[in-house]
Amino acid sequence: MKEVVILSGKGGTGKTSITGAFAVLAGQQAIIADCDVDAANMHLLLAPDFAERSDFYSGELAVIDSNKCTQCGICAYKCRFGAFSLSNGTYVLDPLSCEGCGYCQITCPEGAISLVPRKAGQVFVSTTKVGSTMVHAKLDIGAENSGKLVAKVKNSAQELAKLKHKEFVIVDGSPGIGCPVVSSLAGASYVVLVTEPTVSGLHDLERIAGVIQKFRIPMGCIINKFDINPEMSTQISHFISSNGIDYLANIPFDPSFTKAMADAKTIVETQSPAKLIIEEVWATLTKKLIN
Amino acid sequence: MISRSPLKIAIASGKGGTGKTLLSTNLAAYLSEFEPTLLVDLDVEEPNDALFINAPLLSTANQHKMIPVWNEQECILCGKCARVCKFHAVVRLGKTISVFNQLCHSCYACSELCPTNALPMQTHIVGETRFFEKESLSFIESRLVVGEEQAVPLINKTHSIAQQKYNHIKTHLLDCPPGTSCPVVAATKDAHYVILVTEPTPFGLNDLALAVETMRQLGKDFGVVINREGHGNSSVKEYCQREQIPVIASIPFQREIAELYSTGQLVYSTIPAVRQALEQIALVIKEKGAAR
Amino acid sequence: MKIAFTAAGTTWDSQIDSRFGRTEFIVILNEETQQLEVIDNSAVKNEAHGAGTATAQKMYELKPDVLITGNGPGDTAATALKNLNMKIFVDAHNLTLQQAYNSYKSGSLKQL
Repeated sequence: MKEVVILSGKGGTGKTSITGAFAVLAGQQAIIADCDVDAANMHLLLAPDFAERSDFYSGELAVIDSNKCTQCGICAYKCRFGAFSLSNGTYVLDPLSCEGCGYCQITCPEGAISLVPRKAGQVFVSTTKVGSTMVHAKLDIGAENSGKLVAKVKNSAQELAKLKHKEFVIVDGSPGIGCPVVSSLAGASYVVLVTEPTVSGLHDLERIAGVIQKFRIPMGCIINKFDINPEMSTQISHFISSNGIDYLANIPFDPSFTKAMADAKTIVETQSPAKLIIEEVWATLTKKLIN
Repeated sequence: MISRSPLKIAIASGKGGTGKTLLSTNLAAYLSEFEPTLLVDLDVEEPNDALFINAPLLSTANQHKMIPVWNEQECILCGKCARVCKFHAVVRLGKTISVFNQLCHSCYACSELCPTNALPMQTHIVGETRFFEKESLSFIESRLVVGEEQAVPLINKTHSIAQQKYNHIKTHLLDCPPGTSCPVVAATKDAHYVILVTEPTPFGLNDLALAVETMRQLGKDFGVVINREGHGNSSVKEYCQREQIPVIASIPFQREIAELYSTGQLVYSTIPAVRQALEQIALVIKEKGAAR
Repeated sequence: MKIAFTAAGTTWDSQIDSRFGRTEFIVILNEETQQLEVIDNSAVKNEAHGAGTATAQKMYELKPDVLITGNGPGDTAATALKNLNMKIFVDAHNLTLQQAYNSYKSGSLKQL
């Protein structure tokens, strides 16, 4: 079983469109994992059925037992996040301000405060429109993506791939370069970077490539909309070739990308120049992965 | 009219890449042609408004958080600090107590519960705020130090700097981080009005709906700007109509905008359609200011 | 020698867990006695943050001479492990503990 992770560093580069296209090309050979839970969008392209749902918990939250509370105010005094306030003579907790540090629990003389797991969202296991299995998640408002959630989504995808003897796991990776990204790289066989030739595109590419290199994972790069700024595209291709990154493809600025998206289709389900390019990239990738 | 605290307009979007930076920078420059305007880049993990606002740097200031620092002489290695730290920022590694600054939430539990006062709290640099000025446009951005993970304290600090230092400027534009998580909640919490930037695609609609849900939960007054209008479909417009959310302006889908933007240029002076959209947004901002 | 593995299960035939901080189990082989000791890491695995440093702290308590793992510790965990006198061998995911141990013995695992 081989795992491909698609990453971009910043939003808006076409990462999810390209991941969705790979998912359609791989069909039932692959399990799909959407780890971009901050902006989970792949369900719009792959029409999963949300068949299995489970709540997801991350971190903790303080709760006050009003029967035990004597309104002494020590919690409010100790809390550095301003999470406790006095309302009509009783202390209440603002869950959005509470960071779950637990200091209040330790210092409450009445033992009136306990910590409970904080619900952060839902995880789904679905069947997509091409018949493959997809693991994805939705965060609650104010909840943050974490290495833990990414690990959960990825681990279930990997287990399903082993159980069902699938050849590939295709992962839409998390944005940024923090803990969720590191978590989305665990066990990866290959990383596809999707970038665009803008002033911030190259900067983000350098940072994310640095993270991947540390884990010794082979990677390749797709420059999307390469023709909107040929000079920047040249700079990016220099960076790619001088850092041992496979140059996978240049995709031209192509309105059919959004046209396809508007019809809830991936680019490979339309007739367009980009379709052929992505099919070729996927063929190259599968060859690389199987050998 | 009695002078009062600045009108704060937040610019947000459910996801990255919708044109939030394009709108913030062009709107700020446009508004400053008429009256002094402040632009605040609160996307502290990836601030990039500065790439488009070509203003000279006036000054910089370090921003701090409090972290515990291990005092080996006082420590009896009881390990209480490591046990109380929910974030595993303080761990006992053999005969050493190690503090991992980037994981520390500054809750003070380890420091204040230490029986021998061996973990006093000290300041630690987490980011930098940079101040720029060009004619009547003031611009500040805060940037997290690479490796620091908590955006919220720096966002809050930047808010209070804008409040204290720029109270004389009537309009504050706040460029918010993307998404619907804590940093967005922190960035929009003081705003009088929120502009949600989206694009007319199913992706745009999905993320807009999440952002709308967030804004409603926070009790915010908000409107929508549709970027790249003309490609995609009409589902965003239909959604806004159904939900009775005002669409205050649209920016057309033009390759020229993408090209200028990719080179770091402001576009409203060369592209009339963008200027027109900014005029409409400015009217809404004026109304919101008057209605306050 | 004490050899630690990040493991998805508790036996010789279990797979190596590619994660360090969020590994399911830590399995320790005592080469002298050929005994396996299993440490359940699921509590750390389920932490929202700081899994890397928490697992590193466990390593200091277990004091293995060698760690065999998958991707290798992330930046934070690597910093935490710096002062522990432990050799780290990586890229053993897709192997069972037995296979990984054999590869380590034959010198074909990559050392960090």
